[in-house]
Formats: sequence, structure tokens, C-alpha cells
Amino acid sequence: MSIEVTSLAKSFGSSVAVEDVSFEVPAGSLMALLGPSGGGKSTVLRMIAGLEVPDAGTVRIDGEDVTRLPARSRGIGFCFQHYAPFRHMTAWENVAFGLKIRHRPKAEIAARVAELLELVRLSGFADRYPSQLSGGQRQRMALARALAVEPRVLLLDEPFGALDAQVRKELRTWLRELHEKVAVTTVLVTHDQEEAMEVADQIAVIREGRLEQVGTPAECYDHPASEFVLTFLGPATRINGAWVRPHDLALSLEDRPGARRGTVERIVRLGFETRVEVVLDDGTDTWVQLAGRALDELALSLGARVYVSMEHARDFSAVASSPTV
Amino acid sequence: MISRWLLRAFGFGYVGFLVGIPVVAVVWRALAPGFSSAWHSVDTPAGIHALELTLESAAIAVVLNTLFGVGVALILARHRFPGASVVEMLVDLPLSLSPVVVGLALTLFYSSRQGWIGGWLTARGIEVIFAFPGIVLASAFVSLPYVVREVLPVLQELGTDSERAAETLGAGPFTVFFRITLPAIRWGLAYGVLLTTARILGEFGAMSVVSGNIVGQTQTFTQFVSAYFTNYDPAGAYAGALVLGLISMFILAALSVTRSRGERFS
Repeated sequence: MSIEVTSLAKSFGSSVAVEDVSFEVPAGSLMALLGPSGGGKSTVLRMIAGLEVPDAGTVRIDGEDVTRLPARSRGIGFCFQHYAPFRHMTAWENVAFGLKIRHRPKAEIAARVAELLELVRLSGFADRYPSQLSGGQRQRMALARALAVEPRVLLLDEPFGALDAQVRKELRTWLRELHEKVAVTTVLVTHDQEEAMEVADQIAVIREGRLEQVGTPAECYDHPASEFVLTFLGPATRINGAWVRPHDLALSLEDRPGARRGTVERIVRLGFETRVEVVLDDGTDTWVQLAGRALDELALSLGARVYVSMEHARDFSAVASSPTV
Repeated sequence: MISRWLLRAFGFGYVGFLVGIPVVAVVWRALAPGFSSAWHSVDTPAGIHALELTLESAAIAVVLNTLFGVGVALILARHRFPGASVVEMLVDLPLSLSPVVVGLALTLFYSSRQGWIGGWLTARGIEVIFAFPGIVLASAFVSLPYVVREVLPVLQELGTDSERAAETLGAGPFTVFFRITLPAIRWGLAYGVLLTTARILGEFGAMSVVSGNIVGQTQTFTQFVSAYFTNYDPAGAYAGALVLGLISMFILAALSVTRSRGERFS
């Protein structure tokens, strides 16, 4: 089922949380709302869910205007950052809740809950209380609970935000697989650009309540609509007055046509990649991202004189000069 | 090592001398003439009536304070509104206000002769002071804080996410309250109800102002016990005290069960 939001706006008191946000999520796809914390993306999600009432604008699910409909009648599944488990119920009872209040037959509930617990890999944990589950398990339980009522759309509010890095990565991959299996239209809120790029079919970048860009991860990365999108989606640095991706820059010890001379100021090793910070002779700071063993081949040390060339780099200056908020 | 033992001895000693030994002494004295003789001093028409009156008024006041206490706690926990701090202050007031003042305040407002609305009520055949309604009001007044104070922090800690989650799953307001909110606060609520009950059963000061203390009519159980004492019949007083003590012990046992149950889910 598709989701369509048009000109959504919301203020809390005198502070504007969301301003004129419009986008469409095609049926069966996964959209990530990406942006810095406090930028209004969760408010957009809560307005789609019916947990906040917009000051202006409309929300349509499957073509139906649901703007004035309470959350319980919208046919949605919602997952909260802190899981919002029903603490007095076991995992089984949590997942069964939506079906029980719909008075479905017992046999049907049992079958459906078993199937969902299997899907989220919690079959052996049916009788555990939320306090006896890990963070990742609680969020998977919350997902199963949301999916139990066969929602028209699935809304996830920073679902992995409270988990540690390793579990985040696992769940991210798992969510993508799950989405391919269940194929329910999904909107995911995240401030982690890597998460958005890996999981989503489309990304909507939101900053200070406004929509900066909507597009596929590749479109947003390669054709950022603003300087903000450019710098938020990936590393960017300035050289020769141009905006470039530091992994597109080349570093060498010999001069090359068009290369700029500078001194190595800092070398940061981050496992698979290395960050080399260079002060150019004209005084500007820039940095180059090297992969794998490239650093060892150059045998760089602090204070070394190097040449930075941007012959393979794409200049995003046109974007950078475009007006942004 | 020694300091730890000293600390324990000090703790036990203080609580023991202040509460433990005197209470044991009352039980001892009450049972000295034998259990049946002790029961006979209470098992008089006046005694039974006083006990019934106290239990009935307590039952009504507990129900009132449970319903309104949960309501007030919900409003305070879920809504920011001007005057919220005033409501909180008023809820706490009975804790710091002498029960005698409570009794006088109720009298000033409801008394048929000089009360602000007492005359109006009397004209419609409703007597409050020196009657059953006054006893219920005084009971509810002095025990107002307990349910609110036990439930409010639980609600604040619970937050609203699980209620919102239930809503998105299709639950209406009643389902959310009875299936999500109430089970989440049940142990705090049970604790509050037990404290409320204990507080009401032992109330004396406010009752001595509003009840009228008419034997067989408006005499509460604490007043019945007190009457034995002022009539130079300490044995009867101890027997009555024993009954109150047994009820307290029952409540105390229920409290400790409640507390250990409540900890399981937190």
C-alpha cells in the first residue's frame, strides 16, 4: 500500500518541527527518513501513524485520506526506539495482543504468533518476559507484534538506535531480508546514513523540519541536491575551491599535472581505511581517504611533502553554491 | 566489622524500643486474661457496631480514593496544565495537616448550623457532620495522598510509549487502560490501596471532631478503644487494640507480598 504525504506541517508551541514536507512511498518499498537528531523526521513518522495531529497537510495510505483518523484505525504497525514492550506480558502475549483485541479464534492466534516468532527468530523465547530479553530481541519482538495485525504499512522510529554497533549491523541486514519476505510498505526513521543507504530503496533527507532531497541512495550520494545532503551522506572536503569526496582524491609523492602540494599533518587509521589530513601550501586544510594498503605503498609519515590530485574527482561546487537553508 | 554490628544493633534497637516492644506489650496484656475473655470485651453490641462502622466507612473511602487517586495520578502524569503544582500540593496536604484540623475544616464546611453549605444540605435532609457521610469524608481526606503517591511515579516511569503502541495495534481508550495501563500500575496501586486502608482504620483525630462519638451510632472503632481507656478499663482497651493490631498485621503481610511481586516486573 502506498503512502503519500502532502505539505505536512507541525509546530510545538513556538518551535516549528515540520514545515511543508511532501513525498510518496511506493507500495512495497522501503523509505528511510534520514537527518540529524531533532530535525523533525520522527514527527513526520508519528503524523503518518496518527500519533501526532498535523497542523496542515494530508496523509494518504493506499489513496485513502487518513489525516483525521485515529492511530488505531489506520492499519499501521509501529515500532518505537525503546521498543515499548508490554512488560507484564510474555513475548507470546505481546505478539498476540493485536489479534486478541480483535477477538480472532484461538487456533488462528496460536498459529499466527508461532509463525511470527519463527520469522523474527524468537521461537524459543515465547514464554520470556521483555525484561528477560536483550535489546535486539525486544526490538524483534516489537516488530513481530506490529506485523501480527497485518498492517498496511510498517513504521519504524529509530528501531536500532538504542542498540550497540554490532547488533545494529546484524539487524539492519536482517530487516532488509525481512522486508523482501514480507514486502510491506515501510518507513524507517534513522540518523545513521549508512543504515539508510544499506536498507532503503529511497531516502528522504530531512533537516530542520524541511525536506532536502528524495531519491535512491545512489542518487542522493552522487547527485546531492544541497551542500547539506552532500556532507551528511558521506565524507566531503574542499580543494581548489571545489567540493569533492575524499576517496576520489589521489595522493602521490611526485608532482602531477594539476596536483596541489601540501604537508601531511595527521594520519588516522580506521581499519580498512586511512584518513590522511593535509595542509596545502596555500594554507587550506583538506583530507584524503585511502583504502587498504595504499598508505603502506606510499610509506607516508607526518610532515611528508605530498601532492594531492583531483583528476578523478567529481566537483560538487555547483551543488554547494545552490541555496540551502 | 564491629562498626557494621554496631550499626545493626542501633537500627534494631531504635525500631525495637520505639515500635516493636510496645506493640508486643499490648498483645501480651490483651491476651493475659485469655483470648476468649479479651474477645468478650470487644464482642459487645457497641464494639461490633463500631467495628462495622469503621470497616464500612473505610470500604467506601478506599473505593473513592482508588478511583479518584488513579484519575488524579493519570492527569498529573500525562498532562501539563497550569495549576498542576497546586493540585499536587493539595494532594500532599493531608500528610502534613493535623487530622484535628481536617476534622475542624470539614465541620466548618458541612456542619448543619455554621457550615458554609451544611445548612443547604440539612434543608435537603442530608446530615454530614456527626453522621456516616462525615466519617467517610474524614476517612477519604486523611488517606487521599497514598494512592496518588504510589501510582504517580509508576506512571511517570512507564511513559506513554506502550500505550501508544497498543493504540497502533487497534486498541481503543478502554482497552488501553484496562489491558496496558492498569496491569502496569497494579502493584503500585495495590500498595497504595493497602496504605490507604491502614491509614483509615487507625484514624482517630479527625473522627473525634466529626463523628460525634455516639455509642452504637457514630462511634468508630478507635474511639471505642479510646473510650475503654478513659473509662479505666485498660483490659478492654488492650483487647480492642489487639483487633486493630491484627488487622494491621494482615495488611502488613499483604504489603510485603505486594512489594516482592511488584519488583519482579520492574
